[in-house]
Amino acid sequence: MAAAVRTRGSRRPLMAVAGAVIALVFVLPYLIMLIGSFKSRAEILQVPPTYLPQEWLPSNYVDMWSTPETPLPYNLVSTIVISVCATLLVLAAAAPAAYYTARHRFPGRLVFLLLVLITQMLQPTVLATGLFRQFVTLGINDTWLAMILVNAAFNLSFAVWIMHSFFAAIPRELDEAAALDGASRLQTLRRVTLPLVWPGVVTAIIFTFVACWNEFAASLVILTTAENQPLSVALTKFVGQYESAWQYVFAVSIVGIVPVVVLFALIEKRLVAGLTAGAVK
Amino acid sequence: MTTDTPTRPDGRVTRRPRGGPARPRRGWSRWAATARALPWLTPTLVLIAGVVFFPAGYMAWTSVRDLSQFGVDNGPAGFDNYARLLEFTALPRVLTNTIVWVIGVVVVTVLISLALAQFLDKAFPGRRFVRLAIIVPWAASVVMTTTVVYYGLDPFYGIINAFLVDIGLLDQPYGFTRNAVPAFLTAMGVAVFVSLPFTTYTLLAGLQTIPDDVREAAAMDGAGPWATYRRIILPLLRPALAVATIINIINVFNSLPILQVITGSIPGYNADTTTTLIFKFIRADRQIDTAAALSIVNFLIVLAVILVYLKVVKPMRED
Repeated sequence: MAAAVRTRGSRRPLMAVAGAVIALVFVLPYLIMLIGSFKSRAEILQVPPTYLPQEWLPSNYVDMWSTPETPLPYNLVSTIVISVCATLLVLAAAAPAAYYTARHRFPGRLVFLLLVLITQMLQPTVLATGLFRQFVTLGINDTWLAMILVNAAFNLSFAVWIMHSFFAAIPRELDEAAALDGASRLQTLRRVTLPLVWPGVVTAIIFTFVACWNEFAASLVILTTAENQPLSVALTKFVGQYESAWQYVFAVSIVGIVPVVVLFALIEKRLVAGLTAGAVK
Repeated sequence: MTTDTPTRPDGRVTRRPRGGPARPRRGWSRWAATARALPWLTPTLVLIAGVVFFPAGYMAWTSVRDLSQFGVDNGPAGFDNYARLLEFTALPRVLTNTIVWVIGVVVVTVLISLALAQFLDKAFPGRRFVRLAIIVPWAASVVMTTTVVYYGLDPFYGIINAFLVDIGLLDQPYGFTRNAVPAFLTAMGVAVFVSLPFTTYTLLAGLQTIPDDVREAAAMDGAGPWATYRRIILPLLRPALAVATIINIINVFNSLPILQVITGSIPGYNADTTTTLIFKFIRADRQIDTAAALSIVNFLIVLAVILVYLKVVKPMRED
């Protein structure tokens, strides 16, 4: 990199300008959302449209919670409950599996990892029909539990991969050294192992949470009661065939997008390793 | 079915863990090692078996049953559901759409991402900021991203349409989302947009594994930038390129929200892929059995792509 900086020094301002243009293209849809979320209903349907609101209406962010289209407070609670529970379930299932497969070799280990890999490449979309039938038969269709299970199962593999790679990177000698210094197994885990794998755990938590937060296809089929639906499905209710409440669509979108973008930015550097099962590091 | 697979002895394990105890040699002790592992793996296995493999099997079963609109099972249907798919008049169009959708979106995504990754691999002021901006469509809900584009392209009040007219690219607002073909192409554009972050990041990670000496050596030998890229960088980037391409094929093939938002209100099946057709069968027609048959077809296609992935990328190789 240093060589590139030396030889191409004169090009750097130009690249910075190009970089700014690229950045603008990637955030542009979200800027349109942000601006639209402050327009009045009349103004957002105005022909021709205005670029900036003639009157800024922050009240959209208050009014959107009580509209006839969808019970938004319930939708937010649903999204949070489903995402949090699914993330906890993923963590509870993936952490022991990641730890054990990283630290121990046993017959069937590769078969297990292969199974996890195949699961990662399947998606709820392709299995939605089967999931719907299964939950109807079990009597838990249209419940949070059903979507917690779906989200947990389909996000397990990312969590297993990323935590596996962190556990595998810790030399066994470290455990042995801690034991020699008189630390108990629990102390070793708490003081030595956990701090080292912590970035992997955080990455797993954030990635799972964001994926659950944005899930759409399975929720669309499985959650039929308006109160149970997550934000991603509820949003579509504001878009009607003849009349659309775009100002609420965008206010809800901003509320739904800003927190997960911030979370994603925190784990940006570690995303690729988990998504490609370590095939690209 | 899945809970007992790990107990199958696996001859491929050849390495011993560093500093670990000797690998159990044969027979009883091998099974004991697997039995010791089971408690650690069971929660994951139960979830995968119950929420991935069981519904897959149940879907296959449903695809050969005759289901009423209310989900009542009226007995075996043989391959009637599959036959109904073949007789479905819009099928050729839907299959063509699916191929155009997957190939078009993945090829354009990979080409743009190659350029973007190359650009982001160089140092320049504000690079960190650009990387963060590229993340936004990745973290954001695809439904929400697509909805704002759908609004922006409205021929009457759409702000993107108005902008294209104001800068002189269009004489008058164009109904991008009103007819099947332009709407389908618009949806492909959105699909490329939301696929770029993952692809660019994967290719960038691949580029960063290429040592600087390689480029410098090529430069010393008098290779120009383009020759260096084509002859040296691109071949070294092949593993990352393979991963990005195959994972994108699966994601794009399974994509529902983009087409649902942009072309969902257009009557007929001219802008459908097999994935969106499944959801029309379930939600609009309540034909769960036909949906199951089409889902099984999709499922087999995805499995085939996964096999290619395992063969080409060999992600299970450990070093």
